[in-house]
Amino acid sequence: MEAFITYTLFAMLVATALAAVQLNRLFAVVMLSGVFSLLSAVLFVVLDAPDVAFTEAAVGAGISTVLMLGTLALTSRTEKSSSRSSAIPLLVVIVTGIVLVYGTLDMPNFGSANTPANTHIAAQFIEKTPHQIDVPNIVTAILASYRGYDTLGEVVVVFTAGIGVLLLIGRLGRRGERQKQIGRGE
Amino acid sequence: MFVVAAIAVIVAMLLVLVRLYAGPTLYDRVLAVNVFGTHTVLLIGVVGFLTGRPDFLDIALLYALINFVGTIAVLKYFRYRAIGDVSASSVKREKAR
Repeated sequence: MEAFITYTLFAMLVATALAAVQLNRLFAVVMLSGVFSLLSAVLFVVLDAPDVAFTEAAVGAGISTVLMLGTLALTSRTEKSSSRSSAIPLLVVIVTGIVLVYGTLDMPNFGSANTPANTHIAAQFIEKTPHQIDVPNIVTAILASYRGYDTLGEVVVVFTAGIGVLLLIGRLGRRGERQKQIGRGE
Repeated sequence: MFVVAAIAVIVAMLLVLVRLYAGPTLYDRVLAVNVFGTHTVLLIGVVGFLTGRPDFLDIALLYALINFVGTIAVLKYFRYRAIGDVSASSVKREKAR
């Protein structure tokens, strides 16, 4: 039954993505991307990753929908039709997809108890974290201490993305406000 | 019983997806996303009981909150054409209408 739910959710995910590509009214696309995030968040819950699901629901379905609506308020509401052929991008996407699927062939089966991660590293972390890090929560210890540099890099990426968005949208929005004030003669 | 409930929720999700794709007005789509969020909350709850681990109900509660706030944000965008601080002039314009 769980497998049935998982496959149905994956099918809905694909259908949502195809619909988002096909529609050219951007508001509907924003709504579809919100649904896409909700679906993947449910998938994460079904696949036993509730922390990732929390993030996906808060960031994907919550904040980014609002951010995209804010962008829509500043730009156009319909997609410009492109006259260029999409054969080469499609080819690149298909080849990348094949390479990614090929890369998963070496991975152990989903939920397998005999993976190296389950047999070596996890047991080691459970055993040694209380002495080495002295943080009761093992996930927190791994994120903030064992892979602290990795987390630092992620924070830098998010910070850079925030600065980029501020540079692009923040200035544009203020300019629009100023033009409106000039137009009203204030 | 939970199996039947799960299938019913999934069928309802599919119907909502059709409405979201077909439109025709923006309000149909907003309502569709809102109902879809409610269905995800239900599905997480049902799957939790189906697998005998209802611990994920907390996540379902969080989804209900996000769904509510998200819908408010979208409707605010409709009303004022802006998400952030609604300037006094646009509120005045709205009242004058």
